[in-house]
Amino acid sequence: MRLLEWEAKEVFRDYGIPTPRGRIASTPEEVREVAEEIAQPVAVKAQIPVGGRGKAGGILFADTPEEAEEAAGRLLGSTIRGVEVREVLVEERLKIERELYLGVVVDRSSRSYTALATSEGGVEIEEVAARTPEKIIRLTIDPLERLRPHQARWMVKQIGLEGRRMLKAADILVKLYRLAVEMDAELTEINPLAVTPEGLMAADARLNIDDNALWRHRDLLERFGESELLDLTEREREAKRLGLTYVELDGDVGIIGNGAGLTMATLDTVQLYGGKPANFLDLGGGAPAERVEMAVSFLLSDPRVRAIFINILGGITRCDEVARGIIAAREKTGVEKPMVVRMIGTREEEGRRLLEEAGIHCLDSMEEAAERVVSLLGGD
Amino acid sequence: MVRFVDGETRVLVQGITGRQGRFHTKLMLEYGTKIVAGVTPGKGGESVEGVPVYDTVAEAMDRHRIDASIIFVPAPYAPDAVYEALDAGLDPIVVITEGIAVRDTMMFVAKARRSGVTIIGPNTPGVIKVGECKLGIMPASVFKRGRVGVISRSGTLTYEIADHISRIGLGESTCVGLGGDPITGLDFIDALRWFEEDPQTDAVALIGEIGGDAEERAAEFIAEGGFTKPAVAYIAGRTAIPGKRMGHAGAIIQGERGTARSKIEALESAEVPVAEKPSDVARLLKRLLS
Repeated sequence: MRLLEWEAKEVFRDYGIPTPRGRIASTPEEVREVAEEIAQPVAVKAQIPVGGRGKAGGILFADTPEEAEEAAGRLLGSTIRGVEVREVLVEERLKIERELYLGVVVDRSSRSYTALATSEGGVEIEEVAARTPEKIIRLTIDPLERLRPHQARWMVKQIGLEGRRMLKAADILVKLYRLAVEMDAELTEINPLAVTPEGLMAADARLNIDDNALWRHRDLLERFGESELLDLTEREREAKRLGLTYVELDGDVGIIGNGAGLTMATLDTVQLYGGKPANFLDLGGGAPAERVEMAVSFLLSDPRVRAIFINILGGITRCDEVARGIIAAREKTGVEKPMVVRMIGTREEEGRRLLEEAGIHCLDSMEEAAERVVSLLGGD
Repeated sequence: MVRFVDGETRVLVQGITGRQGRFHTKLMLEYGTKIVAGVTPGKGGESVEGVPVYDTVAEAMDRHRIDASIIFVPAPYAPDAVYEALDAGLDPIVVITEGIAVRDTMMFVAKARRSGVTIIGPNTPGVIKVGECKLGIMPASVFKRGRVGVISRSGTLTYEIADHISRIGLGESTCVGLGGDPITGLDFIDALRWFEEDPQTDAVALIGEIGGDAEERAAEFIAEGGFTKPAVAYIAGRTAIPGKRMGHAGAIIQGERGTARSKIEALESAEVPVAEKPSDVARLLKRLLS
């Protein structure tokens, strides 16, 4: 779950990390009211879950409430990087002297949280890593230990902070680490951490929470709703509602597999033979006929999909169940699209018999099947 | 340090009374796996497929000699089951459960690695020593006893490739699923070290996918001479787009990292041939071994 900036900042405030004064608003009039309350020049920031927002024109500055209202009018309802802006965050405009970066991320190779700090704030950390990796200070934190204040001081000292500011930044980093652990963050970043005449301030905030830990954070879902769905396509949102593991791609061959690795390999093989996958759809393990029917119907109803390739390696998934689901989907939707099925494993014979009876031929090899589905579309 | 299984391994099933636990206990017994006890808190005194069920691992340990554990416990309770197995000194511990929070995995894996215990998974099909012991959920039919070791991050794709390796006449020695999560107990390097020492393995197949840098690090390890037997790889996810999770929690390209291209280039520069299609893995192995 990827929180929006304003949501992440609310969590930051829970942990005592300093953030600018401000509030979320969804109409220009509301924005004007917030700007009047703040009574200072403000920033009006589009709330969208995609990077590079500033460069794409998603942050506007206003000296007066009237200007803020006008800026909000331009942002609200517009589309930035493919996502519609429905809300803006109105905040006091900071007098930024320097931009730093603090982050805590799950590092897969060390199997630990890693704390990151750099003096090069305000740009994506990946960019800093590519250009000036020596400017990133990292510390791997032992999962059975925690980030100690002295370690945080050692880190922020190296990004050029001294005296009270160093102590404050170290305090913020320790809080950010505690937040990461307690909130099950995959990643949390303060970028930039603004150095202002009034002190240090989290000018922007990022917080991605591990989906597998959301059962521990039901309160977050209640507090913030489902704004994370904003960066999904219409069909991906629909798939999510149906409980399907689906990713939309831009081709025309609909693909269903069982198991993530096999489904990915199916996409790759179709592409290798010159086809263009329209999607990734993983049935998971042991899908009953109803689930297969739902998945097949979902692709049959997608106008972009011109042919469907179903690749099943039966283990706990039963081929007869898959066959029943495919047949039911065709009958109930009444949509006919070319379909290639490759199915081997548990209850293969029964599954094949059902499909043959329904006029669907079944292949043994996924590669042969991939070639077949591509050639079916090659004619026009 | 890594410990896998063989025909002598005596096994405990944690979560044995659940739907999955029951079903796979039956299949593992049919394969010949020596399952001696099961645990489900609150179900002590029952039995599953003739296997006695206990409330706690400690009770099972009092009554039986047990080496390894396989865990089918739902995600919120699985970490506790892992700690219980760790405290009892079981090794290896296979964690089949999918959907465990990364922070939980991070902590039990750190504890296990510190005490030198092998954790296979989470979100793994398990480990099989072909013809001797199946500690997992993989379909037995795709494996034939042979000389190829298989190390993989996925499930069904592993069966697909193992099936080809069997059909081409090579067969497998031991096959281990590392798991599809961002953090797992074992990585490719841990498994390569084990296969390097395994007298029954002549070559390995590495089955990787997008996300993380485990394949790149494995390539480096091989290039530096850490693994000297022939190796062939397959990487799934060439068509994946950055930022989208492809089914597995760990299969995601973040920024520039974790792409199929980066993994393929790293492996090829370590002179590990990378198959274009799943079936090519078996053909490449056959060529290297003849």
